[in-house]
Formats: sequence, structure tokens, C-alpha cells
Amino acid sequence: MDVLNALVAFANFVLVPATAYGAQLALGALGVTLIYGILRFSNFAHGDTMAFGAMVTILVTWSIPLVFAWLQFNFPTLLFPIADWVLSPFGVAGGPLPTALLALPVGILVTALLLLGTDRVIYGFYRQQRAKPVVLVIVSMGVMFMMNGLVRFVIGPDDQRFADGARFIVSAREFKAMTGLREGLAFKTSQGITIVTAVIVVAALFWFLNRTRTGKSMRAYSDNEDLALLSGINPERVVAITWIIVAALATVAGVLYGLDKSFKPFTYFQLLLPIFASAIVGGLGSPVGAIVGGFVIAFSEVTVTYAWKKVLGYLMPEALEPSGLVQLLSTDYKFAVSFVILVIVLLFRPTGIFAGKTG
Amino acid sequence: MKHLLLGSAALISLAGAAMAGSHSEDIKIGVILGYTGPIESLTPQMADGAELAMKEVTDSGKLMGGAKVTPVRADSTCVDAGAATAAAERLVTADGVKAIMGADCSGVTGAILQNVARPNGIVMISPSATSPALSTAEDDGLFFRTSPSDARQGVVMTEVLMEAGINEVAVTYTNNDYGKGLADSFQAAFEAAGGSVTISAAHEDGKADYSAEVGALASAGGDRLVVAGYVDQGGSGIVRAALDSGAFDTFHFPDGMISDKLVENFGSEIDGSSGQHPSPSDELATRFTDLVGGAFDATSPFVPESYDAAALIMLAMQAAGSSDSADFAGKIMDVANAPGEPIQSGELAKALEILADGGDIDYVGATGVELIGPGEAAGTYRVVGFENGEEVTAGRK
Repeated sequence: MDVLNALVAFANFVLVPATAYGAQLALGALGVTLIYGILRFSNFAHGDTMAFGAMVTILVTWSIPLVFAWLQFNFPTLLFPIADWVLSPFGVAGGPLPTALLALPVGILVTALLLLGTDRVIYGFYRQQRAKPVVLVIVSMGVMFMMNGLVRFVIGPDDQRFADGARFIVSAREFKAMTGLREGLAFKTSQGITIVTAVIVVAALFWFLNRTRTGKSMRAYSDNEDLALLSGINPERVVAITWIIVAALATVAGVLYGLDKSFKPFTYFQLLLPIFASAIVGGLGSPVGAIVGGFVIAFSEVTVTYAWKKVLGYLMPEALEPSGLVQLLSTDYKFAVSFVILVIVLLFRPTGIFAGKTG
Repeated sequence: MKHLLLGSAALISLAGAAMAGSHSEDIKIGVILGYTGPIESLTPQMADGAELAMKEVTDSGKLMGGAKVTPVRADSTCVDAGAATAAAERLVTADGVKAIMGADCSGVTGAILQNVARPNGIVMISPSATSPALSTAEDDGLFFRTSPSDARQGVVMTEVLMEAGINEVAVTYTNNDYGKGLADSFQAAFEAAGGSVTISAAHEDGKADYSAEVGALASAGGDRLVVAGYVDQGGSGIVRAALDSGAFDTFHFPDGMISDKLVENFGSEIDGSSGQHPSPSDELATRFTDLVGGAFDATSPFVPESYDAAALIMLAMQAAGSSDSADFAGKIMDVANAPGEPIQSGELAKALEILADGGDIDYVGATGVELIGPGEAAGTYRVVGFENGEEVTAGRK
């Protein structure tokens, strides 16, 4: 029984939250790594792209009940029952899933338009000039500040809550009642959705990159730009598709993160750091690396600073029970942990775990 | 003859007043608060509070013969000492402010005090910096605050928790001067009263994920989790993660967490929690709310303190008959404390008149100002409880 308690405590405070956080970081890092691999620069605006996508999704989520009411009023016979059926699994109609998932495609669409617009107006210019990657990095910082302002201008700097539907698949209290254990295990709907969505999105991305003609042309463009041009690949098309995929990844990551925690523009800006750490640890330019990097960073942040007192308390005989917290590092240092991993990787494997591009 | 004499005397005095009017100053007062950063949802109302007092004084036309007071806003960012110092420096050197109402967070307040206020000899009154460290900081008699030090809040918190029969708590604090100062003063007071603190762990604001912090806090355990953070920032993130993982059901919230946002974010999930924040008596609060009259949220934290900070600056100027910091710094304690005629919020015109006639005032203001020790408010705290998703007043200390 004590072993089970220890396992549950570990799962509740380490395994489940770190997996969900890792999935969010992985999705963010995938976007960064795609841009790095194909467009050849580090996109500092990625965190704010996530914020923008999440913001559009939130605004659409809020307007869904209005559309619903309008349909009910104007088309009570045919369209309304269809809408009712479509909406029934979602929070707005009392279902368990967050309504934001329904709004997600619109969010992706608007974000894709924004990114394509930015590319046409800003990045395209520098591409034509054949500007050095470092110039593009600085340009992306400028874009970052613009998006930063845009998001705050539209939705404000405050926290926004848009999660609805069922909060928990299993709550800590239900779990305790169900199993009779002393420790509870909470599994949030948002965590479940995050993990499932991340798996689907990653699978779709890999299928696209490895199996479709467009995906192959993107990889070819990434491997050798000149050779790809010679074999007749249209660079503008590759760039446009990259931005659309990045918009989808960023919006999904932003919305999942917002559902799991909360939406606040400032936090998305701060997310940039762990996302870049994940992408670099995994190997910039390598999609597999981005996913592994995301989980390495998330798990290292949580496990190294975890106080093992509770878990050990269950496992050890009473006489040996620890009196201290049995904490390797205080939580103050959790960011140091990611940086140490980053430094070690850069020292011994400068291209990252999965040998991405170097420059 | 007598009539002529009286008449000319009246004329001269009128002319005198007119002359004074034409020579009246335009006094600039800096309002330096974190309009961006961790407490950006509190600061607009705080600035409105301070500017309300300035408008009241300007409209009365009684400050040093009709001086006009103009607020100049600058961004302290709450967290970036470098940016705050630069902003304050600009206020003093470029805008020529005579005094500073601010800053807000303890860290940037200390930085501005040492790098700008002292070298330039400018008075600053903070409405919200509560770090105990500021009580002992070198200030050349230039620094005051209308909020109490957290050394006092630590004692009040201990009393609230002990009365609720709780003597084992976990503490998490935002990793800055405010959080660290409050956590330390609370821990000292709580342990002196026989309680025990299982863990005192810092959290960074604005971070992506708080699972690690909550994991450590849950492992250490305790009857209640004390969250000495900011409601707009990591504080809410910690509470969210602690509730979701079932680590803690009830919390204790110091002043940085008490806001409408808290109830909005968590509703009935935090029922049974407690908290406290510096707040005047109901009478003073009602009076101030009526004065504001819905122009902005008068009950938001530190809004009345901001009104009082600005009012004290202007009343001290009147008492000294000068807008020069070196002249009026010494008058701030005089106008804030007894003896003298008690002055409520909205009575600044009356206070200016009494001071102009050479009388004494005892500024009560919106928060019942009573400055003690090195020029900080003694402070009354409103004890807060949470029931059925509502914030309720559970008493005063």
C-alpha cells in the first residue's frame, strides 16, 4: 500500500505535470526548430506568436455562445439542430471538452494570415537582400515587440480565463475516494487534451514531412537551398507552407498552455526561454530533437528540485524516515537546471542531442 | 478718510492676491508606479488616486497662493531597478519634479531612493513599498511611506493564523525584496509564537510552470499554504497548481494577493482561506469611495495610500511655504501626526487654509495616516475570509 502511495504521490507531482508541460514545450520548440531549419534564423517572435494565436482563439471562444444564440433565433429548424449536435461535447453546451478546441481552427487561420503578412512585409524583404541570419534574428525581435504590443492592445495585459467544460478527468479527491489511498492523483482535462493533441499534431507533422511531396520539398530546401532551387522547388511556396505550419503549431501550443495554466501575454513572452532551451538541447533544426528537448527540460525542471520527503516517507521503514526535505536543489534553481543541461549539451554535443544544424 | 484707507487696504490686498496668482508656481510631482510588469493591474487606479489629490489641491487654488500641481507619470516596472532608476532620473532632471509619489514595489523603491532621491535631495513617499528593509535604509530624511512595514504584517498574519488554530504552514514567496522580506518577518513572528514553517520556498514571477514549486511545497506539507506573492503573477499560478494537484485546499493571502482577481480566478475553490491587507476603517473607506464617486475603483489595493502620499507631499509644501524638498521634507511628519485639526479625505482645501494661517493639522486622510519610526504608517489591517466564493471582512487588526 505504501509503495502505491509513493507511486501516486510521484505521479501526481512529477510525472503528470511534467508530461503535460513537456508536451507544451515540445510543440513550441517544434515551431522554432522548423523556422530555424527551413528559414534559417532563430525566431524570437515565437512566444508572442503563441500569445497571438491563443488570443484569437479566446476571442472566438467567447463569441461562440453569441453565434449559437443567433442560430437558435434565426434558423430554429435546420441549422440549429446541427449546431447543437456539433457543440454538444463542448463546455458551452455543458459537455466535458473546452470550447476553445472548437475555436482553434479559426485561431490557426488568423495566425497563419498574420505570419504570412509579416513574412511578405518584413522577412521577405530581408530574404531578397540575402541578409545574414543574425540580421533576421534582430528583425524577429522587432516583430516580437510589435506582436507583444498588438496582443496587449487587443486583449489587454491581464489574465484571461477561457477554460470551460470539465476541469478534471480524475480529481485528487475523487481518486482518494475511489482507491482508498492517502495520496490523491489529479489528472486535468487540459493535461489529457494536451498530451493527446500533442501526439496527434506531432504524428501529422512527421507524416507530412516524410511522406508528402510538399513535405519532402521542404526537407530538401532545408538540406540544401541551391540544390532544391535547381531541381525546381518553388521557394516562396516552401516558405509560405512553413509559416502556415508554424502558425498551426504555435496556436495549438499557445491554446493548450492557456487551457492548462492561464492566458497572460507576459507569461508567453517568458515561455521563449524554456522553448529555445528545448530546441537547442534537442538540436536546432531537428523535429525529433525538439520533442525530446521539450521533455528533457520539463522533467529536469521538476525532478531535480522535487522534495522527495513524501515519497521516501512511504517507502522507507519508519526509523529511517527522512526528517529533512530530501531536496537536491531548492526550487529557486530550477532554471539553472535547464541552463546547466544547455551548457553541457553545447560543450559536448554542440549540435544538440539529435545533431541539428550548426549555423 | 477712514473709508478711503479701508478701501485702499482692500485694493492692495486684492492686488497682492492677484500678484501672487500671476507668480504662482506650476509644481510637478512625479507619479512613478509599475504601469507595466507584475502589478500592472493595480497601478492605474493607484495613479488615479494620487492624481485625484493633486486635482483637489489645484482646484482649491490655495496651495502657496494658487500653485498648480501637475502629475508626471513614469514607469517603475516594479521589477527592473535599472529601468526604474532611469525613469526617476528623467523625472527629476528633465521634467523637474519637486517630489516623487512612489515607487510601488520595494526593490525598485529602494533603488530609486539610493540612486535618484538621495543624490538629488528629492522627497519620495511610497504608497505601497512594504519591505522591512526600507525602515533601516539610509534616507537622509527624504523617504516616507503611507503603507506599513511588512514586519508588522508578519505579526498580524501570525495572529490571524494562530486564532484559526493553525500552527503548521508551508510558505512560498515571490523572489524579490517584498516577498523575501514578508516571508522572513512572518516566519520569525510565527515561530516565536510557537508555530512551525515546514518550508519557505521562493517562486519566480511570470514563469511558465509551477509544478516543481508545488511539488516541493506539497512534500513538505502543512495545514495551510501562505502565498506571499502577486495575484497577477506567480501567486495565482502557485494557487492554481496547488488546487489542481490537491496539494493544499486552503491558503493564507497577504496584501499582494488580495484583489478582486483572486475571487474571479478561484471562486469557491479557496473557501476557508484567509488573508489580510492594510486597509483603513470602514468609515474612512466609505468616505474615500464617495469622494472618488466611481471615477475609478477606490477599493483597489493601495489606492487610498496613493491619495494620502500625494496629499502629504502637498500639505508639507504648504506648511513649509516652499516646494523645495529640502524645505518641506521636515514638515511631513508634522502634518501627518497630531497635534492639530484632523483632516479627512476631500478636506485638503480646508487643510491648506489652516496651514496658510499658521495652524496645525493632523492629516487622517483616506487611510488614517499615522507615521511612526522612520516615517512609515503604523497601519490597520483588514482581515479577510473567503466563503461561498466571496471575499468577506473577518475583522480588523
